[in-house]
Amino acid sequence: MSATPLNTPDVARLVMSRARWRFSEIVFWIAALATIFLVPSRHLILTEIAILGLFALSLDLILGYAGIISLGQAAFFGFGAYCAGLLATHQLVTEPVLALALAGAATAALGFVTSFLVLRGSDLTRIMVTLGIALILRELANRFDGLTGGADGLQGVTIEPLFGLFRFDMFGHTAYAYSLAVLFVLFLLARRIVNSPFGLSLRAVKGNPLRASAVGISVNGRMVAIYTIAAGYAGVAGALLTQTAQFASLDMFSFERSADVLLMLIIGGTGYLYGGIIGALIFKLMQDWLASMTPQYWQFWIGLVLVAIVIIGRERLEQLRGAIRKRILRLRPQKHAA
Amino acid sequence: MPIVLATENLDKRFGGIVAANDVSLQVEHGARHALIGPNGAGKTTLINLLTGVLKPTAGRIRLDGRDITELKPHERVRLGIARTFQINQLFADLTPLETLGVAISERQGSGRDWWRLAGSKKGVVEESIELIERFHLADVMSERTAILPYGKQRLLEIALAFACRPRVLLLDEPAAGVPEAERHEILATVAALPKDVTVLLIEHDMDLVFSFADRISVLVNGALLTEGAPEAIARDPNVRAVYLGEAIDA
Amino acid sequence: MLTILFDGIAYGMLLFVLACGLAVTLGLMNFVNLAHGAFAMTGGYAAFIAVNRFGVPFLLGLPIAFLASALLGIILERTLYVHVYRKSHLDQVLFSIGLVFMAVAAVDYIMGSSQVFIDVPDYLKGQFNVFGVGIGKYRLLIIVICGLLTAALQFVLSYTRFGSRLRASVDDARVARGLGINVNAVFAATFAVGSGLAGLGGALGVEILGLDPYFPLKFMIYFLIVVTVGGTSSITGPFVASTLLGVADVAGKYYVPKLGTFAIYTVMIVVLIWRPQGLFARGSAK
Repeated sequence: MSATPLNTPDVARLVMSRARWRFSEIVFWIAALATIFLVPSRHLILTEIAILGLFALSLDLILGYAGIISLGQAAFFGFGAYCAGLLATHQLVTEPVLALALAGAATAALGFVTSFLVLRGSDLTRIMVTLGIALILRELANRFDGLTGGADGLQGVTIEPLFGLFRFDMFGHTAYAYSLAVLFVLFLLARRIVNSPFGLSLRAVKGNPLRASAVGISVNGRMVAIYTIAAGYAGVAGALLTQTAQFASLDMFSFERSADVLLMLIIGGTGYLYGGIIGALIFKLMQDWLASMTPQYWQFWIGLVLVAIVIIGRERLEQLRGAIRKRILRLRPQKHAA
Repeated sequence: MPIVLATENLDKRFGGIVAANDVSLQVEHGARHALIGPNGAGKTTLINLLTGVLKPTAGRIRLDGRDITELKPHERVRLGIARTFQINQLFADLTPLETLGVAISERQGSGRDWWRLAGSKKGVVEESIELIERFHLADVMSERTAILPYGKQRLLEIALAFACRPRVLLLDEPAAGVPEAERHEILATVAALPKDVTVLLIEHDMDLVFSFADRISVLVNGALLTEGAPEAIARDPNVRAVYLGEAIDA
Repeated sequence: MLTILFDGIAYGMLLFVLACGLAVTLGLMNFVNLAHGAFAMTGGYAAFIAVNRFGVPFLLGLPIAFLASALLGIILERTLYVHVYRKSHLDQVLFSIGLVFMAVAAVDYIMGSSQVFIDVPDYLKGQFNVFGVGIGKYRLLIIVICGLLTAALQFVLSYTRFGSRLRASVDDARVARGLGINVNAVFAATFAVGSGLAGLGGALGVEILGLDPYFPLKFMIYFLIVVTVGGTSSITGPFVASTLLGVADVAGKYYVPKLGTFAIYTVMIVVLIWRPQGLFARGSAK
């Protein structure tokens, strides 16, 4: 493209190339779909993985695309969970999908309100504020035990058949298909968002806020927007857990949950959307395996993984991921220049 | 010629240090106005005040007579003030094409669109191409900015400010640190900027200043020492004293 | 009323001793160390083992706690923390959360998950009355010990050679290096003392705060509050902040138990939004 004059369609295609579906992505989702039919006995844990993957995806939106470190993403997870629980126990909205959407919207509203608190200040202030918000919500859920069941958790969440057709069975088949479908739809939406002009401007803001504002971008506006969206995603994840587990508890707000989701995302890698899902998969399988060896103390190994990741260096982990991705890409049917 | 940009008695203090002292500067429409002064004279501080990165301690800033002192940086950009930075401030992970696309979309009001793919709007792409060609970036347009040669980054720095279609363009030492071989490209680009764009140039390189500017203001210790046509400034004994006291660097 | 104030002050001073090490790590190295509570817990368990298992006198258990935590601090600082100082805040957060998780699980494994208490000698039990104010003997001990420590800290930081080296390193590590100060050694020593103090505080606090493997997680936010609200530019800031926090927490739990810790977190957020550098930061940098 050196001497020949540039033409609009070619350049447009070049700009949009980032958004093109890669072969490995298609394989990924076909494999995910296949698990519905091929491993029915593992649907309970797969449901959890899908939900955690969605939760980690929400964190990726703010950490990977806006650079905000949050130690309180569980605030939104828990809020969404209780919203869905209360909608169900009080028979306000019994249609699961509608209830899910409402819980997500309510959580996004909470995200919008609290986003103004994380705009100012350093990483440390943001860590403290996000942590504080999660603690406050947990405390509130604990105090208003008449409404939330307090420390006993929210009991008696029953869930109507999906679209009035599919009953939630005790083996979790419906629950898994439902969770995976929600994850897929929200993933598509997130993929669209990050590849849009808005998404591009987010990457600009993350890369250099000073310059972003010098080309006319309202840095705070973008932060508020993505924080709100991410809160909504986390809320949907929490609501999904309530619906599929038919239970909501205070530990949904806990610091450990915020920390776990951060770990998942770090294992999988930030800033390419799949990191959270892959991280959730690895995390959950690791937890399952470690817990079967040392039931109570698996947290020790999680901690060890965290320390090891940092000491080894996330860059090196990134290189490893890059190498793996390249290998997968090499399996593509037709050749394509990266 | 009407005044586009004006400051009225602008003051900026950092604790006890006075970085801008009662600066009243007027820039005419279409001018090629240079701001010179020894190191530490407060030139970059003045740019930061004009663009809203810093808030003045006292004084007002007007654009076309409108008071913009309280506006945020991005709001000033929308009104037509854009700048480059002395030290490159670019988006390391974006390509030049994406970088310019961000600025153009923002200006055209589609920067918040989340439902379309970036690159799907013809107007944005066409304008990106225009800028890519004007600023000689075609050969590197889809490389990560972080790995571009310094001269290309410097061009992108100017192109990005230009993408905001400013009415007033503030150039903070555009040729700083550029190797001699790539220097010519940048100087030619700056000289070829459209005449209706007002340019306020900060520069140490006196050759560049005197070949480019039709008006020069001299800033010393945060205050305006004098202002005039290049020939008058060159002859001014006070300016000579300031610059003889300190060897003219680069 | 005054008894509550007294208890609150004792509680606050305890928090200060627990958290002041964190103020130094944050202020000195700009290091977000969420694992600070693990050092406090180490001290608590060290004292517990020494006093309850080996019959060491209680007052001797306290310096043992200090030494145990300081030793652990210096080992971890030299082996692990040094590699993380220059990494991003995100890495520091991940690293220190990892340490907390390991500490919690390890202590759970070794010591069991139930709460433990240290046998306090009889002469420290009960309370006496001064002008109608009930003074708990144990809390008086806390105030005395923590008061002395605070004074000592203030003295060391302001008037000794080590203090001036530390302050030089805080202000600008590069310049300090240029002046021939061994900044690494200063860091290590400070980290060890900070950890030791946390351990001492942990041992003293068993009686009041309780001690179980989840201690580092439960009190993490309190330590962070002390440091972020108090600011890291001086030792006075965290001191005032922890005293206020202590009094507010005790009074809050007594007068409006329904409110719980809700109020404290809310105040913290308000303060952080209002003054991100902390309430008592040097020169209000907006």
